[in-house]
Amino acid sequence: MTFFDKMLKIDRRWIYLLVALAVIIPLLNPIGLPITITEPAQDIFDYMDKLPEGANVLIAIDFDPSSKPELDPMLRALFRHCFSKRLHMVVVTLWPAGAALGEDAVATVVGEFNSFYKEELADPDKGSAFVQEKYGVVKEGDEDYLVSGVDYSYLGFKPGSALVVLGLGDSFTKTYPTDYSGNQTTNQEIFKNLKSLSDLDFMMDIAAGATVEMWITYGKERFKFDMGAGCTAVSATQYYPFLNSGQILGLLGGLKGAAEYEKMVLTAGYWHKPGPATQGMDAQSIVHTMTAIIVIFTNIFFLMQRTRRKEEE
Amino acid sequence: MNLLKKQIPITIAFLTGIFMWWQYYIPHHSIQNIYNIMISWELIIAGFALVVGIYSLLHHHANKIRRKTPQWGFSVVVYIAMFAMVINGFYSKQNGFGDPQNILMGGNFQWMFNYIQVPMQATMFSLLAFYIVSAAYRSFRARTKEATILLITAVIVMMGRVPLGEVIFGPKLPEFTEWILKTPSMAAQRGILLGVGLAIVATSLRIIFGIERTYMGGGAD
Repeated sequence: MTFFDKMLKIDRRWIYLLVALAVIIPLLNPIGLPITITEPAQDIFDYMDKLPEGANVLIAIDFDPSSKPELDPMLRALFRHCFSKRLHMVVVTLWPAGAALGEDAVATVVGEFNSFYKEELADPDKGSAFVQEKYGVVKEGDEDYLVSGVDYSYLGFKPGSALVVLGLGDSFTKTYPTDYSGNQTTNQEIFKNLKSLSDLDFMMDIAAGATVEMWITYGKERFKFDMGAGCTAVSATQYYPFLNSGQILGLLGGLKGAAEYEKMVLTAGYWHKPGPATQGMDAQSIVHTMTAIIVIFTNIFFLMQRTRRKEEE
Repeated sequence: MNLLKKQIPITIAFLTGIFMWWQYYIPHHSIQNIYNIMISWELIIAGFALVVGIYSLLHHHANKIRRKTPQWGFSVVVYIAMFAMVINGFYSKQNGFGDPQNILMGGNFQWMFNYIQVPMQATMFSLLAFYIVSAAYRSFRARTKEATILLITAVIVMMGRVPLGEVIFGPKLPEFTEWILKTPSMAAQRGILLGVGLAIVATSLRIIFGIERTYMGGGAD
C-alpha cells in the first residue's frame, strides 16, 4: 500500500479529531477576525433603521433547537435593534419547538433592556438626561422601559402554518385571542394600530425550513408588507431568487449573517458588546478553511494514486 | 360506505378547492367573510391534526413496546419524555394545573426545554459537521469535469463566506462568492422553484378534480 493509498483510507476518527480541535481552539482563544458586511444584510439593517418610532414589526421564529446556534444570535440582534428604535414588535412562531425558544429570547432581551434602563436612570453620573437621549423616553418610578402588550407582544405557537399566516391577514387578535402568557390580546395597546398583516411596516422570518416561501406566498404578496428573511447557511442559496425579484428586501444567511447584524447593531451603538455569532465566526472560519484544505489534499492524493495506477498498467 | 369514504370527501375537496381558488379574484366582502370563517375552521382542524399526530406517535410506540420489537426500550423513553414535558407544562406548584403561566420562564417545562431538549437537538445537528468533513474527505473527488466544477465552486463559496477567506485572499473573494450565489446558483434555484410551482399547481388541480386521492388514505377500494 502506497502513501497515497494510506492517506485516502485514513481512519475517520483523525478527521473528527481535527474538526473538534478546529472548533474548540478558536472558541477558547478568539482571534477576532474582521467581519465584512454584505449588501443583503446591510439592506435589512438600513430598512429597519429608517422605520419611525412605533412602527409595527412582526418577527417569526420558525426554527427549533437544532438551528439555535445559527439563528438565535440573529434573532436577539434583531430584537435589540427593534427595542432600541422603540419599534412595536410582535413575535409569533409556526414551529412547535420555536415557542419556548422565542419565550427565552424575548424574556432575556427584554430583561436586559429593562435592567440597563433602570441602572442608568438610577446612576447619578448618567440620570434622566442620558436616558432621554439614549432611549428616547423617561418613565417615572419602577416602570419598565419595555412593557408587554405595549411595546411588544409574544404570541407563541399556533398550529396550521399557512393558515396561521392567512388568519393573521384577517386579524391578529382573532387568530391569537391570547398571548403566550395567556393575556387577552384584544386588551393590548399594541394591537390598536396593528389589526392585521396589512398594517405591518416590516416583517422578518427567521427560518430553518421552508416558511419564508410560505410567508411570501400567503402573507407578503396578499397583504402587501415589506419583508426580510434570516436563514441557516445551507438554505441561503434557495432564497436568492426572492432577493433578486425584490420579494424579500434583504437576507441574513447563517452564522455569518447573524455576525454581520450583530456588528451593525454594535457599530450603530444599539448594543455594547459582541454577540455569540461574532465569537463563533472564528471557529467557523477555521473549520471552513480546514475543510477546503482537506478537500484539496484528498484530491491531490486521488490524482497521484490514479496517475500511479495508470503508470503501473 | 362508498358514499362516506369517497363521494363526500371528494365533493368537499372539490367545493373547498374551487371556493378558495376563486375567492382570491373576488374582493367582495360577502365572499371575504366566508373566506375568513373558513380560515377559522381550518385553524381549529389544524389544532385537531396535532392531537391526531400525538395519538399516532403514542399508538406506534405502544405497539413496539407490546410486541417487544428490537430496541423497544427507546419507545419507553418516548413515553417518559412525552408525559414528563406535558405534565410539567400543565402543572406547577405555584399556579396549580392548567395555568398558562406554568410554561413561562422558571417553570419546570422551560427548564427541561432549555437544559435537555435544546442541548440534545443542538448536539444531533452539530454531529453533521463531523460527518460532512469526513464525507468530503472520502467522496468529494474530481472524477469528472462536472464534479471538478462543483468542487472548485464549493471551495470558493466555503472560503468566501468566512472572514479568514477574505484575510487570506483579499476582498475580491467575498465579492466573487456573492456573484456565484446571485447569478449561476440563483438561476438554477429559480429553475427548481418554477418546477416546484408548476408541480404544486398540477397536484392541486388533481386533488380538486378528484384524480389524486392518496390524501384519503391508502388501501383497496
